[in-house]
Amino acid sequence: MQRVLIIDDSSATRAYIRAALESMSEMQVSEAASGFDALRVLPRERFDLLIVDINMPNINGLELISFIRRSETHRETPLLIISTEASERDRSRAMTLGANGYLAKPFTVEALAAAISGVSKASGEGA
Amino acid sequence: MAQGKDGDRAREEFLAESQELIETLSRDLLLLDSALKLGHRNPETVNDLFRGVHTLKGLSGMFGFDALGRMSHVLEDLLENLRLGRIEMSQQVLDVLFEGVESFQRLLSEPGDAAACDLESFTERVHSLARAKSATHNVLSDYELDPNMLGVLTEYEEHRLRTNLEQGLTVFRLRVRLALDVIDTALDQLKERVKNFAEIITYLPSMDGGGGDSIEIEMLLATKKPESELRAALNRPEASLSAVLRRRLADPQPSAATKQSPVAQAAAPTAATPSLPVRSDQSLVKRATPDVEVSLRSLTSVVRVDIRKLDHLMNVVGELGTVRAALARLVERLRAGAPHALGSEAHRIHRAFQRHLAEVQDGVLDIRMVPLSQLFDKVAVILRQVAREQRKEVRLVITGAETEVDKLIAEELADPMMHIVRNAVDHGIEPTDLRGQVGKSVAATLTVNAYQKGNHVVIELSDDGRGIDPHVIREAAVRKGLLTEQAAGDLSREELLNVIFMPGFSTARAVTDISGRGVGMDVVKTNITRLGGAVDIESEISVGTKVTITLPITLAIISALLFEVRGRLFAIPLAVVQEALRLPGTALRNVDGREVVTLRGTTLPLCRLAQLFRLQDTRQAAHENFVIVITVGNRRLGLCVERLCGQQDIVIKGLGRSLTQVQGISGATDLGDQQLVLVLDAASIIEEVLLARANPLVLGAAS
Repeated sequence: MQRVLIIDDSSATRAYIRAALESMSEMQVSEAASGFDALRVLPRERFDLLIVDINMPNINGLELISFIRRSETHRETPLLIISTEASERDRSRAMTLGANGYLAKPFTVEALAAAISGVSKASGEGA
Repeated sequence: MAQGKDGDRAREEFLAESQELIETLSRDLLLLDSALKLGHRNPETVNDLFRGVHTLKGLSGMFGFDALGRMSHVLEDLLENLRLGRIEMSQQVLDVLFEGVESFQRLLSEPGDAAACDLESFTERVHSLARAKSATHNVLSDYELDPNMLGVLTEYEEHRLRTNLEQGLTVFRLRVRLALDVIDTALDQLKERVKNFAEIITYLPSMDGGGGDSIEIEMLLATKKPESELRAALNRPEASLSAVLRRRLADPQPSAATKQSPVAQAAAPTAATPSLPVRSDQSLVKRATPDVEVSLRSLTSVVRVDIRKLDHLMNVVGELGTVRAALARLVERLRAGAPHALGSEAHRIHRAFQRHLAEVQDGVLDIRMVPLSQLFDKVAVILRQVAREQRKEVRLVITGAETEVDKLIAEELADPMMHIVRNAVDHGIEPTDLRGQVGKSVAATLTVNAYQKGNHVVIELSDDGRGIDPHVIREAAVRKGLLTEQAAGDLSREELLNVIFMPGFSTARAVTDISGRGVGMDVVKTNITRLGGAVDIESEISVGTKVTITLPITLAIISALLFEVRGRLFAIPLAVVQEALRLPGTALRNVDGREVVTLRGTTLPLCRLAQLFRLQDTRQAAHENFVIVITVGNRRLGLCVERLCGQQDIVIKGLGRSLTQVQGISGATDLGDQQLVLVLDAASIIEEVLLARANPLVLGAAS
C-alpha cells in the first residue's frame, strides 16, 4: 500500500486531497498541517509520495522541499507541488529545488491522478 | 469531487474553513484600515490577506463554487500586486478589498446567485488600481546573501527582504536550535519578543541531525535596532546572530551591521555549501537548550465540530436528565420502603450521578459557547460600509467582546444587529456638517457593550446621534394607520418609542443594500423574541439612542419552574422568574380593565393563564393562589397559577411544525414520567398581555 503525506495548512484542501486519493486506490494517507508538523514526522516515517503546498505560513513549501531533498530519509521520494498559477516563479523554483511535478489549484481528481503517476515516473527516471 | 463519506466530510470542511477564512479576512481588513489611518502599511497583514484569498480561490475551484473562485482570483491578483509592492495601499484600494470580501460571503451562502456580484465591473475597478511600478535596481546583489538561501525564498519573502534593505534596515540571520515537539510555541514566543521592532522575513529549517529531537532554524529578521538591542529582546544567549553585510566592506552603511560575531562567522556556511548550516556542528549541538518548559501545542489543540453533533449530544444529555429524574423518584420510594442502608446507598449513588451529569451538561453547554467578538467583527464591517455609503464618520467602540453566548444565538443575532447598526447610521447619526453646527464632534460614536447578567447576556448599542422624537413617531404611526389618533395619544413616551418595532412602521428607506430585503425593526424584534430575548429602546432628543438586547445565554437546557393551572402542568424558564409568592386576594385591583396587584409599593399587572389559553375549567372552583413574577428586559408581569410544583432542569423540544405558531409557548418537555409539559415563552406572553391585543391565545388542542 502506498503511503502518502499531505503537507498543507488548509484542512479543507487536505480533506479534498485525501478524499481524492482514497477514491483512486488503496492508500495510507497522513496529513501535516504545517511545515513544523512535517519536520516532526518526516525523519521518523517513510512515505512513497509527498504532496506539498508552497504557500504556507512560517516554513514555506520551498524551504521544506530544500530540507526534504537534503534529508537522508526522503532524498528521492516522489514530491508533488500544489500551487496556483499566480506564483509561476515559486513553482519553477520548486522544480529547481527537486520537486518532481506540480499541480495547479483548483484541480480535479483526474488531474491529481495524472500528476501522481507523472511524478512517480519522473522520480523513477531520476534515481 | 470525490464522492461518498470522505467527499461529504471534505465539503463540510470546505464550508467551515471558507467561513472562517472570510471572517479572518474581514478582521485583517479592519486592521489594515485602522493602520492606514495612522500611516502604517502592515506588510504582514497584507500577506496574510493574500494567503487567505489564495486558499479560498483554490478551495472554491475544487468544490465547484465557481463564482467565488473567479471573484477571489480577481482579489488575489490585487493582493499579489500589493504585497509585492507593485501598487501602493490606499483608502481606495481598501474599499475595493472590503467590497470583494463582502461579496465572498454572499457567494458562499448563495453560490447560484449570479446577481450576488458584478464580476465585470469589479474586475475593471481592480485593474484601474493596478498601475505597475517600473522595475528597480536589484538591491539583493549588493549584499552578501547565500544564493542557496535566496533560492528557497518565495517571491513575497524576496520582496520583503529587498524592501527592508532598500529602506536601510539591517537584516540579521538568527540561528536557534529548538525542540521539534514544541517548535510551534517556541517560535511563537520568539515572534512575540521581536514583533514590535523587527520583521521576520523567513524561517529556514537546517539539515543537521535528521531524526533528532531538535532542529536548527535560521531566520532572517529586518530591523532598525542595533544588534545589542535585538539580542536583548530575543533573550536567547545560545542563539547565533549575525548581520547580513554589504559586499563592499568599505561602504559605511549599514553601521550596526559591520561587526559580525565570531560564533556566527564560525557557523556561517560558504556559498559553496549546499544551502544553510548543513554541518552537524558538535559545538552547536552542545549549546542547544531546547524549550522543554513549553509543552503546549497550540496549533493542534483546536477541533472544529459540526453544531449538529453538539445538538445531538445535548439531546442525549437531556434524555439522561429525564432518566435521572425518574431514578430520583425511585430512590425516594426505596428510601421510604426498603431497609435503611439500601436506601441511603441508592441515595448516595444517585447524588454522585447527579453531580457528574451536571458536569457533563455544563461541559456540553460550554463547548457551544462562542465569544461575541465573532459577531462584533461583522458589525464593524457593516458599520464601516454603511458609514461610507452615507458619507458619515463613525467611530466604533466595543467593550465586552469576550462575553460568550451559544453559537446558535450568535448566528441568529447577526441579522438583527446589522439592522440596528444600519438604522443608527441611516436615521440616528446626523450628517457630518450638521453635527458640526450643533457642536458635536464630526465623528459620531457607536458604542457596543456586552455583559453577562445572571443567565442572560445583555448587548447595548448606543449612538450619539439626534435621538428619536416621540412626536414624530406618533404622527407617523397615525399616518400609516397603525394606531388611531386616540390610541396614539394615550401612549407613554416609552410606549411610543417601542412603536418603531411594530410591523409596518419601518419606512421605505429601510430597503437597503445591506439586506436587500427591506426588513425593518419589527423583524429585529421578532428574531430576538424568538430567541427568548427582549429588545428595548431608550432615546433622548439630540443626545442619542440606545437599543438594549437581552438574551438567554443558551437555548438548549434550562432550569424551569413547574406549576399547575387547571390541573395541567406548565414550565417557565427560571431565568425570567423574579419571585413566586402567595397571592393576597385582597390586594387585587382593577385598573383600566386590567387586573393588577400592588407589590411592595409598585403596581404589577396580572395575567390569568387559564383565561389567556382559554383552558376549560376541569376542576370547578379552582383557585389561583400563587403569582409568579416574570421579567423580560424592563417589563414585569405576574402570572396567576394554582399550585407551584418545584423546579427542574429541562430540555426544550420544539412542538413540531403544526404547533410552532402557537404564541406564548416555546416548546414542550418530558419530565421522565411520560408527562408532557408545555414550556411558556415569557417574552411573547408579556408582549401579548401588556400590549393587550384583542384576540386571546387559543390552546384548546395543544395539550
